[in-house]
Amino acid sequence: MNVPSFNRREFTTGLGALVVAFSLDPKLALAQERLPGSLQNNRKLDAWIRIGANGSATVFTGKVELGQGIVTALAQIAAEELELPLARIRMISGDTGQTPNEGQTAGSQSIENSGTALRMAAAEVRGMLIDLAAKRLALAADQLSVSDGIIAAPDGRKVGYGELVANLDLGREANAKTPPKPAASHKLVGKPIARFDIPAKVTGGAAYVQDLRFPGMLHGRVVRPPRYGSKLESLDDIAVKNMPGVVAVVRDGSFLGVVAAREEQAIKARAALRNAAKWAPGPELPDPARVFDVIRSLPSKDSTIAVKSGSPVTGARTFEALYTKPYMSHGSIGPSCALAEFKDGKMTVWTHSQGVFPLRAELAKTLNMPAAAIRCVHTEGAGCYGHNGADDVAADAALLARAVPGRPVRLQWMRDDEFGWEPYGPAMVMRAKAALGSDGKIADWEYEVWSNSHSTRPQSTSGTNVLPAWYLAEPQRMGPPTSPPQPAGGGDRNAIPLYEFPNQRVIHHFVQDMPIRVSALRTLGAYANVFALESFMDELASAAGADPVAFRLAHLTDPRARAVIETVARKAGWTGNQKGDGTRGRGIGFAKYKNLATYVAVVADVELDRTSGVVRVPRAWAAVDSGLIINPDGLANQIEGGIVQSVSWTLMEEVRFDKNGILARDWASYSVLTMSDAPKVEVELINRPNERPLGAGEASQGPTVAAVVNAFANATGKRIRDLPLKPERVRAAFG
Amino acid sequence: MTTNFTVNGRAASTDAPSSTPLLWVIREGLKLTGTKFGCGTGLCGACTVHIDGKRAFSCQTQVSEVAGKSITTIEGLSADSSHPLQKAWLAERVPQCGYCQSGQIMSAADLLKQNPKPTREQIVAHMSTNLCRCGTYQRIVRAVERAAREG
Repeated sequence: MNVPSFNRREFTTGLGALVVAFSLDPKLALAQERLPGSLQNNRKLDAWIRIGANGSATVFTGKVELGQGIVTALAQIAAEELELPLARIRMISGDTGQTPNEGQTAGSQSIENSGTALRMAAAEVRGMLIDLAAKRLALAADQLSVSDGIIAAPDGRKVGYGELVANLDLGREANAKTPPKPAASHKLVGKPIARFDIPAKVTGGAAYVQDLRFPGMLHGRVVRPPRYGSKLESLDDIAVKNMPGVVAVVRDGSFLGVVAAREEQAIKARAALRNAAKWAPGPELPDPARVFDVIRSLPSKDSTIAVKSGSPVTGARTFEALYTKPYMSHGSIGPSCALAEFKDGKMTVWTHSQGVFPLRAELAKTLNMPAAAIRCVHTEGAGCYGHNGADDVAADAALLARAVPGRPVRLQWMRDDEFGWEPYGPAMVMRAKAALGSDGKIADWEYEVWSNSHSTRPQSTSGTNVLPAWYLAEPQRMGPPTSPPQPAGGGDRNAIPLYEFPNQRVIHHFVQDMPIRVSALRTLGAYANVFALESFMDELASAAGADPVAFRLAHLTDPRARAVIETVARKAGWTGNQKGDGTRGRGIGFAKYKNLATYVAVVADVELDRTSGVVRVPRAWAAVDSGLIINPDGLANQIEGGIVQSVSWTLMEEVRFDKNGILARDWASYSVLTMSDAPKVEVELINRPNERPLGAGEASQGPTVAAVVNAFANATGKRIRDLPLKPERVRAAFG
Repeated sequence: MTTNFTVNGRAASTDAPSSTPLLWVIREGLKLTGTKFGCGTGLCGACTVHIDGKRAFSCQTQVSEVAGKSITTIEGLSADSSHPLQKAWLAERVPQCGYCQSGQIMSAADLLKQNPKPTREQIVAHMSTNLCRCGTYQRIVRAVERAAREG
């Protein structure tokens, strides 16, 4: 067997700060060798792979399908290393009863963490099977070849995996010492393998948690208060209890729900229950006209996350700009849903949560039950784009299920539950200041970002992090929010530019008070930070009289970063110093997600109508470097989708509210991009098979907002620094 | 009170109250879960079905309105994923999360029945009643064009 050049560090460098911290602790280093990816915390081979007597494999992952194609991609990786056809791989994902605990499927880390674990574990299992075959055939392992689950000797003798399982002990810890296959020999990795989950999605076959139907199932709905912090003062529920089909009204303090036999009965009962409830409203929300001032004035933990001091700057021109980004909704097309059944003292929940293990921990606290008596099974929901209502509705369902033991309860959030109560992407303020030297280059750079936490997910704080727990008669509270350190970051994700400046300071103001509920929305702080710093780069380029592409390249040595910028410029036919014509323009945006993951550069064309203020993005191009590509079509779909999503965010999305509460309740009160306004997108993927695979699910949104706002400035000569580019704001820019 | 109609070519009935949205009758009464609940207010298109051959939002259609009518859901488009749109959807690898896609396909099927060779502009104008939050819009357009081409 060929031994490829293999640098195990390649697989661990993606862990960034964790690796650094670990290597500084000699006690840990002695006690336990570090294993790559998620093997580190799930060390046994049989946690990941089992081989059956029929020679097929069951592969377990703690990561879950969100519509990003991850389960198929992980199957490609496992099948590749196991030398099995995909048809003989069965994937099991996200089940506290069966799979490894890989935390959340979030942060674009599934390929890097689960993919790496499976790549190494599968290679090791293959090696063990070959060794067993070698013993049986009385040959050396390197005389054998393997394909399709069959190990063959040069003289034609063959042994199938199934014949070897009796002697295969996967109950031991992995050692990750078997080199994985070199990229040149890949048969599955790198191919656009069709996703397993898609066929059911085009025929209406049951594919979602929303579609689970169990015998004896009941339908639940919750009644939420008018706004955060409200208390249920009185409830006159006699009439509701007597409505057709109503099985139970569940009240625990200010938590209120209803269970009925049929869906439409539950919906009617919810409406009636709403009218039967009287609330003492919670504290008023901030004045929306002043929310950014409020964010900047709240107490914050301030940290300088990057500093560089070179030669002092003299005689340079300085520039400064302030940018803002509003609260944004995940706006999942399918409102969150969960099923729960409480039977014989055990709670089972079917959930589209991104993290079944963290969710289980939260349910244990909420229900005051041991975690061992709770099982959370991931079942796909609609695209979540981060922490939406999935965990909260699971807790709602469990609370209602407890009231009707032995009966499964399906709890469907309505559209206004989802808009009104999901945790939003935080509103943020960004300030950039720079000095341009006489050479036309940036001599000094200072950047500050003010933001709430971008994760209040289950287990992200001490305390309890699911919504209904806060409204129980004995309310549980969330602990103080946290922000992950650089390089991943939270509100400060991508606040540190990849560009190289002789002097720089980057400061993160972490604001802990959250007047409006917030958590992780796809890209976390990166969308806003890339918007701000890339807008500012363009403003500086303009002041320097430089072309935006040339200006960026003048400050960038990373060859892979330069390559995506040059590639997209070529693809879009970028001509230097191209001027907009008043209503049409072109702009560029670039980022390397988290400064650790996928590189993306985007060029966007923009057109606008000055009278109506409507901005359109008819066309966009992207160049992408994601290292070793696992599934090129999956990658392209994520990049395209991210561009369309970012265009929607940038042109129209903001959660409106007033002091009385959240105003976003439906698609009329929260505008999103329709097909008529979707750009035509062309994506070029740069495959680097000898580089680590990099997370790509959140890589195109930041570069896209930058390209769009820069295109707007190119078109009009006017710079808008507040998102979204909604018509009234555009009209105001023209006075 | 019983309301009778046909679904995917077979007789069906419901005793749900006459003002009940058809969406719940399809999903719960008839256990056809391919049609999706997205908003319940006729603003997203996830619940699109055909009623007497034309597309309609099942969340905005009351049971009383379909008495004696013929309903087609995504399950009824073909027995085996062989409808040209379904084949095109697979060939173009359209879905990401896929939740909106039943509605998208049913909306497109209505277009192709009326206009077997639509222009891109006609496709986009017809389909803009259907939201996709994952951003698969251009793949949807390509799939409709492919289905129109390949039949």
